[in-house]
Amino acid sequence: MRVLARGPRRKFPTHIIVFLAPAFLIYTVFMVYPLFDSLRLSLFAPDPESPQEETFVGFQNYQTLLTSEFSGPRVQGALQNNVRFFAIHMLVQNPIALLLATLLAGVARRTGAIYRTLIFTPTVLSFVLVGFIWSIILNPIWGIADDVLGLVGLDAAPWMGLPESALNTLGLISVWQFVGIPMMLFLVAIIGIPEEVIEAARVDGATSWGVFWRIKFPLILPTVGVVSVLTFVGNFNAFDLVYTMQGALAGPNFSTDLLGTLFYRTFFGFQLTPPSPTMGAAVAGIMFMIILTGVVVYLLGIQARLRQYEF
Amino acid sequence: MTKNKLTGLLAASGILGLLLAPAALTSAQMDPIVIESWRNDDITIWQDVLIPAFNAQYPDIPVVFAPSAPAEYNAALNAKLEGGTAGELITCRPFDVSLGLFQAGNLASLNDLAGMENFSDVAKSAWITDDGADVFCVPMASVIHGFFYNTDAFSALGLEEPTTESEFYAVLDAIQADGTYAPLVMGTADQWESATMGFQNIGPNYWMGEEGRLGLIDGTAKYNEGGFLAAFEALSRWTPYLIDNYQGIAYPDAQSAFTLGLGAIYPTGSWEISGFEAQADFEIGAFRPPVPDGQEQCYISDHTDIAMGLNGNISDPARAEAARTFLSWVASEEFASLYSNALPGFFSLSNASVTLDNALAQEMLDWRGECESTIRSSYQILSRGEPNNETDLWTNSARLLNGEITAQEAADTVQAGLEAWYAPQQGG
Repeated sequence: MRVLARGPRRKFPTHIIVFLAPAFLIYTVFMVYPLFDSLRLSLFAPDPESPQEETFVGFQNYQTLLTSEFSGPRVQGALQNNVRFFAIHMLVQNPIALLLATLLAGVARRTGAIYRTLIFTPTVLSFVLVGFIWSIILNPIWGIADDVLGLVGLDAAPWMGLPESALNTLGLISVWQFVGIPMMLFLVAIIGIPEEVIEAARVDGATSWGVFWRIKFPLILPTVGVVSVLTFVGNFNAFDLVYTMQGALAGPNFSTDLLGTLFYRTFFGFQLTPPSPTMGAAVAGIMFMIILTGVVVYLLGIQARLRQYEF
Repeated sequence: MTKNKLTGLLAASGILGLLLAPAALTSAQMDPIVIESWRNDDITIWQDVLIPAFNAQYPDIPVVFAPSAPAEYNAALNAKLEGGTAGELITCRPFDVSLGLFQAGNLASLNDLAGMENFSDVAKSAWITDDGADVFCVPMASVIHGFFYNTDAFSALGLEEPTTESEFYAVLDAIQADGTYAPLVMGTADQWESATMGFQNIGPNYWMGEEGRLGLIDGTAKYNEGGFLAAFEALSRWTPYLIDNYQGIAYPDAQSAFTLGLGAIYPTGSWEISGFEAQADFEIGAFRPPVPDGQEQCYISDHTDIAMGLNGNISDPARAEAARTFLSWVASEEFASLYSNALPGFFSLSNASVTLDNALAQEMLDWRGECESTIRSSYQILSRGEPNNETDLWTNSARLLNGEITAQEAADTVQAGLEAWYAPQQGG
């Protein structure tokens, strides 16, 4: 100890750099650099004279994407669908997750563990598997969905084939798959609430309903915020489930087209559509701006105002 | 220098002899000519049937078939061409991909290749420059559209193959009235069937095949007028006959529904022949797209799909000559017969008359003699711009069949998309 204390007073903390370096390098090389390079690419377009070369065109790609008679409606459509996809998750997935978590927090540990595992299992399944299973369940020829829905009086319908129902169906499939994650987060937060606080409320005559809304819910608000942001980022990056179930064309008539599938078609091309990396980068740029805006609004506008309680 | 070359040659043939012992043993004087291809499904056919047949005539030219996975082919081929390691013979995708290779000098012009005279202009249309000056691949095979039907269903209901439009709808009405079978088995969920098996299948009879297709290219025909509009209108009449909940039925579901005997008629492409005959336990019949009432001439979609070209970077003239010899053989009647029989449903594009062992394939092939051939309207030139003509046809044909839009609206949308970027259509 003495030896150390006698050394130069403010030695540069080399170890911090060593500890930070792996994360910093990996993030820079695989995340930060590609992100900025993609944004750079979105400002270029193939040279009409020699298509192998790319020339700087400023924001022309974005202008074409957003205002052209043909790609404009595609971008708006994908954006609207994405907002609806997000709304389905916020209005269905997260309330159900909260309900499940509240119920699970109240049951015996062993029974709870079984349900928890069952509800969480779909989240670890591959999108391809989930998409395939649901495609078969909903299949109008051999699926079982019509028989089951017939029990509650719903007529048989090609749920994934009608523009009015396809996106909602897809959203609910995604909810089915991912409800386990917010449920786990809520459950952890609810379990973390000290028993004394709840007991004190009960002594004061609070009902279960009152305990939930006045004690538990305010205390897990930070988790509600985190879940919302995770849902937002996840939904605006969504692609896999649509691609698996409806293909890159996101039919019928683009009714399940999300920004992710629009990006895929633009960047990689589709059937006879030639790929356009620069246009694709512009779609990715739009997605980045949307997600960035959402996250910044949350961090500065909401999280800063949330009170964290320490027990 | 000669000595060096000789040593190099010896060393090379030694190494190759180790790698390709059987080929090198039969002919030590030349390294095998390599065929690049995406058809890895066909490797046994090439190894066991086609190449031995070629070597029976040309024992001095060893050939190996070296396919890559279909999805990787274009990228892998480009990498090999850039690195100078691509094979002498290159299997050609139709239209712009191969045209790009030719323009970059990676495919040689084959205008003077012996055997090219065996192919019609339609057959060559997928591998020719826009001005028609250079052909750069030997057409190998096409797929033909038409309709399959369940012969059990037809005989049970006392129906006959329809040839005209009104007969076609009479047959559909009869099947619908009976109710045992779905009249038309096709789904719109995947969208492409609506355009490929629907619009492009029946359309040529309305737009007079090549006349209409070339009219679109030079700007004298429009999607929302005349034959093309009539084709959309004909397609829209399919809606009431399609299998229940067709909006949610994908391509594999429709295939299974037909082979399981749920439906009577299946709008098809000839590539389905081998798969369907293996799956179905009833006999499958075929009839060609019905002609409008009173029209004598019929037209079929005989879509060019696969061809073979010569690598443009071969430095050794002897090898180039050997590869050209092989290509001439690919253009021959013998190859046409061998290839079409080995892959029923992939029809040789040669003018030579070929007899097929598979009766269903032979029947579809016979349509070529009865009708005029054309290819899908959107494939040549018209799908180069944005919005993409082919994608527009998929989306709007599916919407039309789903009853969301009328034939006129579908036609107007497709035409507007084409006019947006294609100069010959912008004249007014």
